[in-house]
Amino acid sequence: MDFKNEWKKLLFIATVFLACFYLPVGSSRFDNAVGESLHLVKWYAREHVLLCLVPAFFIAGAISVFVSQASVMKYLGARANKVLAYGVASVSGTVLAVCSCTVLPLFAGIYKMGAGLGPATAFLYSGPAINVLAIILTARILGLELGVARAAGAILFSIIIGLLMHIIYRKEEEQKTTAQMAMPEPQTARPLWKNALYFASMVGILVFANWARSGDVRAVFLCCPGGLTTYQVEGALISKTEQSLKILDTSGETHEVPGELLQQVEDVGKNSIYELIYRIRWLLVVLLLGGFSLMVLGWFTKHEIGEWLAATWGFAKQILPLLLLGVLASGFLLGRPDPAHEGVIPAKWINAAVGGNSIRANLFASVAGAFMYFATLTEVPILQGLLGAGMGKGPALALLLAGPALSLPSMLVLRSIMGTQKTAVYVSLVIVMATISGMIFGAIWG
Amino acid sequence: MKKIQILGTGCPKCKKLTENAESAAKELGIEYEIEKVTDINEIMSFGVMMTPALAVDGQVKSVGKVISPNEIKKMLV
Repeated sequence: MDFKNEWKKLLFIATVFLACFYLPVGSSRFDNAVGESLHLVKWYAREHVLLCLVPAFFIAGAISVFVSQASVMKYLGARANKVLAYGVASVSGTVLAVCSCTVLPLFAGIYKMGAGLGPATAFLYSGPAINVLAIILTARILGLELGVARAAGAILFSIIIGLLMHIIYRKEEEQKTTAQMAMPEPQTARPLWKNALYFASMVGILVFANWARSGDVRAVFLCCPGGLTTYQVEGALISKTEQSLKILDTSGETHEVPGELLQQVEDVGKNSIYELIYRIRWLLVVLLLGGFSLMVLGWFTKHEIGEWLAATWGFAKQILPLLLLGVLASGFLLGRPDPAHEGVIPAKWINAAVGGNSIRANLFASVAGAFMYFATLTEVPILQGLLGAGMGKGPALALLLAGPALSLPSMLVLRSIMGTQKTAVYVSLVIVMATISGMIFGAIWG
Repeated sequence: MKKIQILGTGCPKCKKLTENAESAAKELGIEYEIEKVTDINEIMSFGVMMTPALAVDGQVKSVGKVISPNEIKKMLV
């Protein structure tokens, strides 16, 4: 046996063996956590894959194929208008960063050959947070306000961080020579309104297919370790007594809340348009789908449709396995998003580390997020688990902002592009900004 | 002897492009050498910022997409 080459495999097998040998099957926390992770996967499969993820893949595929990246990049070139460059850099992640592996090369390109350090940093910070898949999944699973706060926070703070980086290093910027960018040739032009209509109908399908029914009442209650965190359940009231409140939530689950933890039960104001849309949502989806098919068949060549489907399939292949692992891990470690379901990590610990909205909790979430590596989109189920286990909404946003923008591996690549000092400054800025936005968000939405 | 360079940091698309380039070169039956350029600074020195990209004899031929073996063949002759 060639021990020199085989020792890694031996080590691996020994580790797996030891893990199996001491597998804590039978301990209630472990068995419970395994159950939780399977429950969570089932919930994702039932609630999120068909109506949310599948349309999102088609949209992402369409963006990567039909939106001309070259036309966006020309605003980030060396001779671009500086003010415009910041604006474009901060929002162009929606179009340019559909795959997380493209963010770093684009950053390096904008920095070295294009508009410079400021716009490049703005792009680097906002890109991963505002790509379509991330926005859709965040809004769908973590709630609309967190989804919107994530996108808006990323755009706003990316400009601030970009400007700060530019001011700190403005002397170097002035002496930089710029190389010529190589750009893909522009794709066949279709009138803008056709493309706009095409994207609008896809987004419409996604929105209406996921139109959720608003509940009749909203119960606010305290839970669980130490009663530190407030939870909300929205749905139809089943029964209400002194001892407990039973509520059927909008996704069809029954919750029972002990009377002494209950803080408030309020009627949800019904909006008639909202209800109407809910009632005719499938009709709207079918109409949009019909219009969409006509557009695709009428305006697109066979080759284009092929490319679009290939890009969509590429995203699905790339992201689904990662997301499955992320959901399994999150369910195992943190349990389902409900105070009654714990994973391996006690909710008490989470609550102690990132509960509430203190500076410490926000800072902890930012630092942890900055160094941790999140595979594409897995930040969403992980955060959902953390929120369910008692994480405050402020720290959640802090982690969402600092997390996907940075990781230890990406820091190493950044260091090779712009040197140790600039990387350190950037990392500190990200952590500070994420902490501040978490504090603000937590104070408003608590 | 053609020198084919695939520029990319190692995402699945770059691997696909490498496969396509190999099959194109084999079908043409030319002498070739494939190099994968994964260092981001080296990729930048080609002026490329959208990966994967393909260069033949140091000349960038395609940027930011996976092209088919047929398209690559045209670039090799």
